[in-house]
Amino acid sequence: MSAPLPTEAANRPAPLPRSRGGDGAPALPATRVVPDWVWGMLLVMPALAMVALFFLYPLGLSAVSAFQGRDGGWTLANVVKAFELYSLDMAFTLAIVLLSSALVAVLSVAIGGYLTLGENRLAVTLLRWLYRWPLFIPFIVAAQMMRSFLAKNGLMNNLLIGSGVIEPLQAASLLDWRGVVVTFVWKQTPFVALMVAGAMASLDRSTIEAARDLGAGRLRILAEIVVPQIRPTLTVGLILSFVTMLSVMSVPMMINPNSPTMITVDMAYRINAHGDYGVANALGFVSYAMAGLVGWFYLRHGVRQGGAR
Amino acid sequence: MTSFTPARTLTWIPRGLALGVLAFVIFGPLTNLGLWAVAEKWYFPHTLPLQYGFSFWERVFAPRSNAMASLATSVTIALLTVAACLAVSVPAGYALARLRLPWRGVILLAFLLPQAFPSVAVYINVARIFYTLGLNGTVAGVVLVHTVHGLVFSVWITAAAFGAVDRSLEEAARDMGAGPLRSFFGITLPLAAPGVMASSIFVFLESLDEFTGTYFVGVPDISTLPLLMFNASMGGNFQIAAITALILLVPSVGFMLVIERFLKADVLAKVGH
Repeated sequence: MSAPLPTEAANRPAPLPRSRGGDGAPALPATRVVPDWVWGMLLVMPALAMVALFFLYPLGLSAVSAFQGRDGGWTLANVVKAFELYSLDMAFTLAIVLLSSALVAVLSVAIGGYLTLGENRLAVTLLRWLYRWPLFIPFIVAAQMMRSFLAKNGLMNNLLIGSGVIEPLQAASLLDWRGVVVTFVWKQTPFVALMVAGAMASLDRSTIEAARDLGAGRLRILAEIVVPQIRPTLTVGLILSFVTMLSVMSVPMMINPNSPTMITVDMAYRINAHGDYGVANALGFVSYAMAGLVGWFYLRHGVRQGGAR
Repeated sequence: MTSFTPARTLTWIPRGLALGVLAFVIFGPLTNLGLWAVAEKWYFPHTLPLQYGFSFWERVFAPRSNAMASLATSVTIALLTVAACLAVSVPAGYALARLRLPWRGVILLAFLLPQAFPSVAVYINVARIFYTLGLNGTVAGVVLVHTVHGLVFSVWITAAAFGAVDRSLEEAARDMGAGPLRSFFGITLPLAAPGVMASSIFVFLESLDEFTGTYFVGVPDISTLPLLMFNASMGGNFQIAAITALILLVPSVGFMLVIERFLKADVLAKVGH
């Protein structure tokens, strides 16, 4: 952990000449040759350069390559081929991610709602302790767990058979789209629930108490008073989850490797089996479009909400 | 707490049922993983493993095993990633917290971008660029990819940590004649250390668990723990996969239990602002 210090020192000679000027206070004009914000930009620059070089540049390259042929000329062939081969997978991806987001929304509001409105102290404490566990479990570990848990001879089927809920012959593997949805919901619900519960905890309790005094039930308070006030937090959490689910390759690869599958798996296949960057990038472009659509929806929604105020 | 009237006891039936189902959903997969880690023999239709033992553990923890080599690679990459992240985000975080910056919001948002776009296609093209630079399949290449991914945590949390340091303490040091570097290393950095530490742990774990970027940029020479786990699982070796998964789980769950000690509420409230 001592490694960063020398590099850090090398990176920060910038403030030296400013030695007699206070950060915020107006300094002596003589020492203020260079304005404050220049030093700020110099300090921020290395970090920004990392993002520009190793994220923005490849992102731009991927968007451009989607529309370039192998000879370098502009073409729509990649996109056409991507749609011909994978339009089912695109629909499948969108459906899985939307369904998972919807389930995450319902469950996280339910968890947050019970944590905020629950009347039994013990049950609230238990829930608070329980729901967070998947939060820090890596996606790839979650995928491996579900791969063994949801399999035909997994613990889930075994316990269901053991308790007599289903017959041994009814045991079916859930390792298809259902497994992917289960894993996504399992992993993402705590994240959104944490954000939602935080927002709910900081709400003004007086409206809730007033509604309770007027005889409103807890479900009604949750739906009509609490949720409308935390909707911005819920939306941000869901959008971040949506993009995460679009990015995670390990879960569909390990749980649902066969067609139809998610386009992340298709991208890896185009590269590994065919070295086909054109179609892989065209699929990448489709995934940006899906994320962009959600972002656009959020901005429009946000603007409308701002206008209403 | 209060008297156990029948009505009160009855409300525990739906409540207990719901909590029980939740506990099963959360701990069922974890239990399954734990069982696989100690199962010697387990096949359909047996509910539980036929034979328990640690022979796979011996194989994983053998000094020259693939798993130990992958663990060493993973930890090396994660430590280097933390170093790289700190090197760029301590100055950046300080500037974002203390100096007047134009487009401050835009700059903060720029660090979120790598997490706000579907990343597979980006990694494919990073691998393509790195291939021409000879960085593919090297530790340096993987560290760069992990660093960019971790910047949002390190920059945002360090900025929040510096922002939470009382400005008057720095000013007092400066009034007593300390230079800006001295007051930074003597006052600001030590006071912000828990937040900086928290950001480093985030970055470390992100790097340790990262799969997609390593999958594309690390081939063919770099095998981290997640890649080893993936290959074991796809090869049908569930015991090795389960043991590797448990090794990956320990730091993550451990962190969850101590995070509140490092990330104080005053810092947390400033993250992203």
